[in-house]
Amino acid sequence: MRDVAIIGIGMTEFGELWEKSFRELVAEAGVRAIMDAGIEGEEIDAMYIGGMSSGMFVGQEHVGPLAVEVAGLEDLHIPATRVEGACASGGIALHQGYISVASGMYDIVVVGGAEKMTDVAGGSATNILASASDREWEAFFGATFPGLYALMATYHMHKYGTTPEQLASVAVKNHYNGSTNPKAQFKRKITVEDVLKSPLVADPLHLLDCSPVSDGAAAAILAPVEVAKKYTDKLVRIKASAMACDTLSLHGRERFDALPAAIHAAKKAYEKAGVGPKDIDLAEVHDCFTIAEIIAIEDLGFVERGRGGPATEEGITSLHGEIPVNTSGGLKSKGHPVGATGIAQLNEIVLQLRGEAGERQVKDAQIGLTHNVGGSGGTAVVNIMEVI
Amino acid sequence: MASIVGYGAYVPRYRIKVEEIAKIWGKEAASISSGLYVFEKSVPGMDEDTATISVEAARRAVKSAGIDPKGIEAIYVGSESHPYAVKPTATIVAEAIEATPVLTAADYEFACKAGTAGLQNCIALVDSNMIQYGMAIGTDVSQAAPGDALEYTAAAGGAAFIVGKEGIATINDTVSFTTDTPDFWRREGSPYPGHGGRFTGEPAYFKHITNAAKMLMERCGTKPSDYDYAVFHQPNGKFPSRVAKMLGFEKEQIKDSLLCPWIGNTYSGSSMVGLAAVMDVAQPDQRIIVVSYGSGAGSDAFDITVTDKIEGIQRQGIREMLEDKEYVDYGTYMKLRGEFT
Repeated sequence: MRDVAIIGIGMTEFGELWEKSFRELVAEAGVRAIMDAGIEGEEIDAMYIGGMSSGMFVGQEHVGPLAVEVAGLEDLHIPATRVEGACASGGIALHQGYISVASGMYDIVVVGGAEKMTDVAGGSATNILASASDREWEAFFGATFPGLYALMATYHMHKYGTTPEQLASVAVKNHYNGSTNPKAQFKRKITVEDVLKSPLVADPLHLLDCSPVSDGAAAAILAPVEVAKKYTDKLVRIKASAMACDTLSLHGRERFDALPAAIHAAKKAYEKAGVGPKDIDLAEVHDCFTIAEIIAIEDLGFVERGRGGPATEEGITSLHGEIPVNTSGGLKSKGHPVGATGIAQLNEIVLQLRGEAGERQVKDAQIGLTHNVGGSGGTAVVNIMEVI
Repeated sequence: MASIVGYGAYVPRYRIKVEEIAKIWGKEAASISSGLYVFEKSVPGMDEDTATISVEAARRAVKSAGIDPKGIEAIYVGSESHPYAVKPTATIVAEAIEATPVLTAADYEFACKAGTAGLQNCIALVDSNMIQYGMAIGTDVSQAAPGDALEYTAAAGGAAFIVGKEGIATINDTVSFTTDTPDFWRREGSPYPGHGGRFTGEPAYFKHITNAAKMLMERCGTKPSDYDYAVFHQPNGKFPSRVAKMLGFEKEQIKDSLLCPWIGNTYSGSSMVGLAAVMDVAQPDQRIIVVSYGSGAGSDAFDITVTDKIEGIQRQGIREMLEDKEYVDYGTYMKLRGEFT
């Protein structure tokens, strides 16, 4: 297996981008990444595009050739594959791209993700997102994602004494981080009181405990480290890429206070990378709801099981804490165009590792991790990147 | 120069509170009220519709103008809730106020700005000497699907303005800003409108109102501080306050026209009832800017100067009329709205 580096990153702003179509989002993120890498389009060997449900959101499937066309690479007939794993689609695209470069099959590979979610009304978006749950045994019976994560939150509160204020402190931290990110959907700071006063969506989750519905796209260019040296001297290497799956439904799981798929993916990634949680300088984790970040930092081993809430409240995961989590603002503040999220997380880690994160730069960041989850935990992808 | 010679407004006396609606749907009334800046809305009585409200407003306008209704040679009724799909509301009004038969009449639809579109037509007909007096009405008994966010604001009411020459307020200029923007709609045969959620804000309401207002002020060589009153379409209490701030108007300038927090959004009636409330308090030489907004989408902006003649007419007392109210519960509200028939 060859070592794989990230030689370019690019993303659109996230938000309600009414003036930009799905196609334009794909094009913008792709062009930004290609320009960042300083490569010619003709050098691209293959593409992997993550997308959860462009079919239901904008009526567009067959995203591979769409990406080839907007890149102007139709004459080269390069292979482009759309991958789907709900909200982990972007992470899976990265995983697939990594495998294809590491194996020696391709040299220069574009990995990306895109979703345009705001063209449908709120109720439709909830229903489309519910297709990432078990339609037959969850969605048909009225379960929505806020509902499923609320169940996990209730259980976590019951078992470990996690409080609504601790949940809220995740949103407060991520909005603070997002306020310094020009690409973020919400750039306003909020307080614990704001979160607790916002309308209840699914008890105990309030509106400000939930990530938004967003439009956006992100992309990155992968290359073998040897080839990468031709293009850049700010080399960031993928130290490990691991993916794991579990039952589709929440009720089928062995436990509800954790995402076993995430634990498993993290374990494999740490083993492959030869590092442990203590070695990670910063992480972008899948905070689709505030409880999800609390469970994520426990699953990743950053804090002891059950300590996610107090640790967040104590500032351990804040921008200048022991292990900064979601410096980009996370899904909560930066926005969550589901298919794009995994690659947007990679964008932030690469920015940080290159030392280009500006106001929110984490000092001496050498190793960064992304944690991308599909559905209620049916899929999880963990990637570890390092500066070389 | 075309001028307002008379005005009248009518808002049904029934009200339902935001709390009462929120209770039914398990929502938090306080966050809805503060989010929308709306506390209660008007509800039409069982025998009230766009035709009866229009007639009521029209009669009051004729009375305030003190003219012979036979002199009214054009009537336009703007609404998105005309009682008939085919058969004009305007002829019902014309007959009721005894303006028939020598007049032109038509119904307009442009979401919430059909009334001001009619007003522009009356101005054109008067300025071109085709008619002596024209009447423009904006009225709605607006629809909202039970449980929809619109249910907290969709209200009933209307206003009528008679345009002639040398009246109580000179219309100095008018300009419109129009694009194809699908923020809110109701398909043929659908009982309730659909909408694009927050899409109804930035690219719709705010874009059109700010553009129309800026174009008007540029043409008139005016700035926000030149106006004593500003009237904006009021889909809720928040939007007009925010658009006023965006354009550089002070709270004081919109205070007299802002009725939505207490009567809801009267759709085609909204900006016109607001203007009527301003006519109740305006003094000679005061200047008014009015900007309507209709989804789909467009804004009509008007620059108006009040004349000495305002002192010679009987004001309508719209705010006093709004004080005479009766609260209903959700069940009664549904009955009055005809949801059980």
